[in-house]
Amino acid sequence: MVQKLDVLQESPSQTAGPYVHIGLMPSHAGNAGAYENEIGLSPIDGDVQGEVIEITGSVFDGTGWALRDAMVESWQCDGNGIFPGQEGADPNFNGLCRFAADAESGEFTLRTVKPGAVKGRGGVMSAPHISLWVVARGINIGLNTRIYFEDEDNANDPLLNRIEQRPRVDTLIAKKTGEGKYRFDIRLQGDRETVFLDI
Amino acid sequence: MTSLIKDQGPLIPRNRAIHPAPYDPDYKTSVARSPNLPLLSMESSPSEETGPTFGHGKLGALDNNLILNWTKGAAPAVGERILMHGRVLDENNRPVPHTLVEIWQANAGGRYRHKKDTYFAPLDPNFGGCGRTITDENGHYEFLTVRPGAYPWPNRANDWRPMHIHISVYGHSFGQRLITQMYFEGDPLIDHCPIAATIKDRSQLDRLVAPLDFSKSRPLDFLAYKFDIVLRGRRQTMFENKMEGM
Ligand SMILES: [Fe+3]
Repeated sequence: MVQKLDVLQESPSQTAGPYVHIGLMPSHAGNAGAYENEIGLSPIDGDVQGEVIEITGSVFDGTGWALRDAMVESWQCDGNGIFPGQEGADPNFNGLCRFAADAESGEFTLRTVKPGAVKGRGGVMSAPHISLWVVARGINIGLNTRIYFEDEDNANDPLLNRIEQRPRVDTLIAKKTGEGKYRFDIRLQGDRETVFLDI
Repeated sequence: MTSLIKDQGPLIPRNRAIHPAPYDPDYKTSVARSPNLPLLSMESSPSEETGPTFGHGKLGALDNNLILNWTKGAAPAVGERILMHGRVLDENNRPVPHTLVEIWQANAGGRYRHKKDTYFAPLDPNFGGCGRTITDENGHYEFLTVRPGAYPWPNRANDWRPMHIHISVYGHSFGQRLITQMYFEGDPLIDHCPIAATIKDRSQLDRLVAPLDFSKSRPLDFLAYKFDIVLRGRRQTMFENKMEGM
């Protein structure tokens, strides 16, 4: 027998199920008032620095059907590239949003601030992006991906540059549809399957 | 100056072998909702190493008491009263303090208070089915609730979910984000559930089964079940800590 490691293993994931909204977005489940302060209603708390934008999209399954029950969380830095909690962060921006596919149309909208570029380990700059985490019935472990923007310079982004099949880069780029408006669809499977991350 | 063992390094890469397979034909909904292509693996960056923080200020006094929180204390929910308690730890075997823990569940009859749940078990007018709390400085959390009922669900012709409580945890970074389910010791339905069976290694599934814990049970009041949760850790070496502490 070798020595024992003093480490634990992560708890296994289980699907969030069809009723995830009860716990995480009670008002979406029809249970407004369950909590006095619902968490994740908006990443914007007040007068924020930077451009306020709106990203609309759907989460499609392998048959091309938009999920009606998907829940998504976003996490991002502020308009200046600083994460909430870090020194100099925008005090009116908390970084987190929870949003859900509409039960009728399957469409979601994320209203947030356009993130700045972020300096990572070794001073490497990442292009502006928003991290997403997608859960739903049938998704056994939450799916991580990112939103980048077509009107930003993505040429030197370390993550996008790791994608071998160049046409797939496009699955992570939000398309501008108007002033401050973008479209970003997530495809769980199929032809244009979104690049999901193990990060 | 931060302490030497503050979270600093990249996240420890996820061991996907302990997690459920994304594609599992016995859980039919996963078939069209699981990515076919490999995930893109990369070392974590600030986007995954930072995360939201939640103060106690957001939480109400009854938020972790599901027996009373729906009626704001006016009347208790129906069912077997239980205390669900445990610790949130990371892979380095350290407690995760001050992190948000959220749960949701069916009522004692197996019915969710959700506009999409149409199971004919009745709603309990005194039970909402969600709770939340923040771990203390040692990573402990607790909820007072009722034991949820098993319920049938449309999958194969006659599938039933074992009694379970859904649980969502943040840790201190977005890359630690985890949703899982707690099962109850001795429930025979665990062995028949295709969702539980998405975890292929039985010893890993057993880690989601909470034991009955008489040490925390209060006589003439409630039984207790213990459920610890382990989140991803961050890589640490003395070398890295020294470098960053300078
Ligand atoms: Fe459930």
